[in-house]
Amino acid sequence: MTEKTLRKGNEALAEGAIRAGARFFAGYPITPQNEVPEYMSAYMADAGGAFVQAESEVAAINMVYGAASTGTRSMTSSSSPGISLKQEGITYLASADLPCLIVNVMRGGPGLGSISGSQGDYFQATRGGGNGDYHVIVLAPNSVEELGNFPKMGFELAEKYRMPCMILADGILGQMMESMSFNFDPIDPNKLGKFDWAVDIHKNGRKKNNVFSYKGDNLIPDVVERAKRYGLIEKTEARWEEREAEDCDVLLVAYGLSSRACLEAVNKAKEEGLKVGLFRPITLWPFPSKRLAELAAKAKGVLSVEQSLGQLVQDVKLAVNGKTPVYLNAYPAGGQPDGNSILAAVRSILNGGKEGLFDLQEHAAGFSFECKRDTSLGMQGDLKGGK
Amino acid sequence: MTIIAKKPASLTDLPMHYCPGCGHGIVHRLMGETFDELKIADRVIGVAPVGCAVFADSYFACDMVQGAHGRGPAIATGIKRSKPEAIVFSYQGDGDLASIGMAEIVHAAVRSENITVIFINNAIYGMTGGQMAPTTLVGQVATTAPKGRDPKLQGWPINMCEMLAQITGAKYLERVAVDSPQNVMKAKKAIKKAFENQVNGVGFSMVEVLSQCPTNWYASVPQALEFVRTKMMPQYPLGVFKDEGGK
Amino acid sequence: MPRIEVDANKCKACYLCVNACPKKCLGKSKTISKKGYFPAEMQHPENCIGCAMCYMMCPDIAITVIKD
Repeated sequence: MTEKTLRKGNEALAEGAIRAGARFFAGYPITPQNEVPEYMSAYMADAGGAFVQAESEVAAINMVYGAASTGTRSMTSSSSPGISLKQEGITYLASADLPCLIVNVMRGGPGLGSISGSQGDYFQATRGGGNGDYHVIVLAPNSVEELGNFPKMGFELAEKYRMPCMILADGILGQMMESMSFNFDPIDPNKLGKFDWAVDIHKNGRKKNNVFSYKGDNLIPDVVERAKRYGLIEKTEARWEEREAEDCDVLLVAYGLSSRACLEAVNKAKEEGLKVGLFRPITLWPFPSKRLAELAAKAKGVLSVEQSLGQLVQDVKLAVNGKTPVYLNAYPAGGQPDGNSILAAVRSILNGGKEGLFDLQEHAAGFSFECKRDTSLGMQGDLKGGK
Repeated sequence: MTIIAKKPASLTDLPMHYCPGCGHGIVHRLMGETFDELKIADRVIGVAPVGCAVFADSYFACDMVQGAHGRGPAIATGIKRSKPEAIVFSYQGDGDLASIGMAEIVHAAVRSENITVIFINNAIYGMTGGQMAPTTLVGQVATTAPKGRDPKLQGWPINMCEMLAQITGAKYLERVAVDSPQNVMKAKKAIKKAFENQVNGVGFSMVEVLSQCPTNWYASVPQALEFVRTKMMPQYPLGVFKDEGGK
Repeated sequence: MPRIEVDANKCKACYLCVNACPKKCLGKSKTISKKGYFPAEMQHPENCIGCAMCYMMCPDIAITVIKD
């Protein structure tokens, strides 16, 4: 536990990772996560670790693959297009059952996209992104405090289940400054004990260790064994936060930064006498479906508030399973929610309106966007759904 | 009874899957002998490529990591930086190293990673069935160059040793062949030196081995050896391209 | 007296050893191996000088050179 200090999100994350025992970092410059490799380049060597500025995202994740093979707490960070490039390495890490930490400080997409915060990589993070049947554990912090403290949880989960763990943050979370403290003492990775599967110097004539992606024989037993681990994780490792969620008419579901805007909406709703609650998944995979289903059963409507075009809402619908109507309040490609815009959607649910409720099919039938482009900045302004 | 020559202890007893006459096995043996002679077997961590040598991890008795296509030098970087006392090698073919992994090999040399790269150049994609490689010779027939490599369409073969020699961080570059006992002996010397360099902290070392691929050259084994000598060597002259081991 | 042993289960009959032998000691076996090859075999042991050139060229490390 440390005293509260003012830190930038990306720097809190980098410091948190070093405190959590990260001793290898490879990365490549991309906005809005540059403070992470910058911080690592300054402090990793002092901690006794290695920092490499890689020639590409592809090389960076493969360096992590190599370092993770040795049992070293290894990580990389990037932002959306860079994470796309890393998918080759991520699926290899998953197939070789290697623990590591991958940080995605999301920006708008698709393609090059904008550099403002977004949540458009939800599918990529939770559905895989690379080839084959695999998962990565996905943690979604919503504050600088959590950014600083999640790397420890990430490494521990990754090592417990021998698989990559991703911290899914976004550009605003990475760039903003908040007062925060670390809730754990710095970890000396040399005291953590060694993994019996890691490649290493091996004096005592132990059996040779191979880190395989594909063993060259029947793949099915390996995939099934991994699936059993995935099942255990889904059963035991889901994490979430609830606010006023037990007894509400409209249950908001949001993760990361948009959950902060939802909190504002929950508080404003209280003033208006509306019963609005918040369910915030902290792990996006495993998704806390069971608890969400219990809470949703008591509500009149469930509203997914997300900075993407209907990605989180799919997991919400799968969890709710048709028992309660599920709506979408979407802010894609760099759009930002606020308490008022969320409340407008809540009122629509309660009063049978349309404002703030995003529906792709209705949109095709005449639903209109109000899209302002601030040409002086050459950047995108508000993007609001609804009429 | 004295054993004059037998399988080195640094290799496992598993029969290799390579085609008859292929050069991979010879190079594996030279590496195994090197590990035995330098007494580094318990420190070696290797990276197996994607390509014909994808199962090389089963043949070396040391710890091995199976990497993604072309990424060997990046993976080796991660291993070496995490375990500086380990002796780390990346074993790669020509498609792996000179095509999809071009950035990784160049930048491992730029950073002068203290690793050893063994580069098998057989001028063809072997595992996938004989497609044109970046090292395929002008006029050489491949399944994706059915009329032979035409420089107007597919450019010219790439000479990796010569190219990497321009990079300050590349400390030792030699091209050898395994077409005859004499050349195998020279190849052994080069491979041994490339690992000695790593032990001595010299920096990036690579040995390029011209290797025969009778299967995908549609050649008998003697014809394949002849191809190495008469066709490959003029394009890829043997020799030392850089040696800053002592400096 | 130098001699060699060929592991017929490893030999893939590329005959690189047969061609490498300066004394032409080696030849093709008439018996088919478990792998389905006609492995290389020692046919003129009296000429073997233990130079190990066969070993050096064998890609399957199937040859052991011994001096009794």
